[in-house]
Amino acid sequence: MSIPLPQKIILYVLLIVTSLMVFLPTALAFIMSFMTNQDILAGNLPQSFTLDNYKYVFENFPMLQYLINSFVVSIVIMIGQLLLSSLAAYAFVFLEFKGRDIIFYIFIATMMIPFEASVIPNFQTIRDLGWLDTYQGLTFPFFAMAFGTFLLRQNFKMIPKELREASLIEGIGDFKFYLTVVLPVAKTSLITLGVYGFLTSWNMYLWPLLATTNDKVRTVQIGLKQMSSQEQLNQWGVLMAGSVIVVIPTLLLLFFGQKHLQKGLTDGAVK
Amino acid sequence: MQSSRSELQDVFMKQKRKTRRKNFIKGIMFLLPSIILFSLFLFYPMIKTLYLSFFLTDMAGTPTVFVGLDNYIQLYTSDIFRKSFISTFLFVLYIVPTSIIIALFLAVLANEKLKGVGLFRTMYSSTMGISVAAGSIFWMYLFNPSMGLLNEALGVIGIDSIGWLTDPDWALIAISLTTIWMNIGFTFLILLGGLQSIDQSLYENANIEGAGYFRKLFQITVPMLSPTLFFVLVVTIINAFQTFGQIDILTKGGPQYETNLIVYSIYREAFVNRQFGPASAQAVVLFVIILIMTVVQFKFAERKVHYQ
Repeated sequence: MSIPLPQKIILYVLLIVTSLMVFLPTALAFIMSFMTNQDILAGNLPQSFTLDNYKYVFENFPMLQYLINSFVVSIVIMIGQLLLSSLAAYAFVFLEFKGRDIIFYIFIATMMIPFEASVIPNFQTIRDLGWLDTYQGLTFPFFAMAFGTFLLRQNFKMIPKELREASLIEGIGDFKFYLTVVLPVAKTSLITLGVYGFLTSWNMYLWPLLATTNDKVRTVQIGLKQMSSQEQLNQWGVLMAGSVIVVIPTLLLLFFGQKHLQKGLTDGAVK
Repeated sequence: MQSSRSELQDVFMKQKRKTRRKNFIKGIMFLLPSIILFSLFLFYPMIKTLYLSFFLTDMAGTPTVFVGLDNYIQLYTSDIFRKSFISTFLFVLYIVPTSIIIALFLAVLANEKLKGVGLFRTMYSSTMGISVAAGSIFWMYLFNPSMGLLNEALGVIGIDSIGWLTDPDWALIAISLTTIWMNIGFTFLILLGGLQSIDQSLYENANIEGAGYFRKLFQITVPMLSPTLFFVLVVTIINAFQTFGQIDILTKGGPQYETNLIVYSIYREAFVNRQFGPASAQAVVLFVIILIMTVVQFKFAERKVHYQ
């Protein structure tokens, strides 16, 4: 099924024009982050290439600390979600017990509660636990995840039941079976979910804004907000350098994990 | 004989009950971490929010005076809250159809079998990797009144500068533009996935019948894509109601409360004005809206399964 040439040209023109439009804000940010302030303010095309903006960001803001905090928070949330979701998914697929279906419906019900609507008591809980400005406070509320449980449940279901029966005869317990058979077999889905969890945690905004009051555990997103409100508006290069630093890890993850993520999300969405 | 048989049955039943209890405990053990965290950070807060919505509180959020439905009545009577609801619904109306139509157009384009199409797919989906904070700063520059790209471009075609973020007539549109752009990546990826799962033989048959491009688009692609489109529709609506970061960075709810969307309004009432009661009432309303959207989605998904 080949496409005739004139149609092909139209398609390519459309692809190029639209993708440039979508990518323009990001591309401008990258370019401006390497420009001198004079060039930006004068509206010139870049006359010279400079790393000063990046230097300025690291020297004048605790950017390194922000980055470390964001990495810790995102990785802890990612591991917590993988662990809790896979344990729950295992119970829903391989264990039979009274009340399982009811609990399953309760899990579904959690998808109806938006975190934004329950943010006030959550703030009070974290405050009363003394968890403001701690990694626990930033990560714990996000470990349990209905979407992740469903995604893995879908995947675990494809593992043949005979495998479990055979392992039962050999006297292998559920936890060992979960650890040595189920998790390795479901590796691809675990990676998909991990990428998704990392992406969303890295980009989280409202909760870190509420749960941090100083730079000790503040994440990079809130750091960026601080920068944007502290900096005078003529420091665009610096602001853009800060933004570029923030988006690079997630852009890389997205570029390399795009196919994975797309398949995983579509499976979760459509099935 | 008779007694030993019933004894055996007894032992058997006991054993069965024991295994059942053991199975139950084992099942719960696997689910316990999730159950505890859901209870602590989702179910308890939901009930607590409902409870708080009937009270006035002190600065720390401890309920002090029971006011019944006053907080809810206030949502209806206060100009600021009413404006917040109107803005929120307008915002949803602006961004949802636009996001989906743009993403669908891009997904149809990127679904063509062309050389190098992978690069374009990556560029379209890139906005998904850009955080709300960073994306807002990109657009803060584009909206800049004196040197931003948008006003420069308008200047070229001879249109006066617009105060995108400061003019009450434009601020909500500016926030909408930013959000539509942020939505494109995710919406595009999901729709592309939906397109790729359509059975190719449908198109081959249509080709044999000599169907044109647009006939195929509207008679095969759109109907076959409808479950995915519906999913995307619901998710985009839900996300739109939860918009926060771009407002916090770009407009802080202003000018004149034009962009004081519901989550920002909750945030401001609770964490700036320390009015936890009215804020909770708003949170309950938000919860109900999202609940309805989710139920609609599940109902639809159920029907889809029946039809298959």
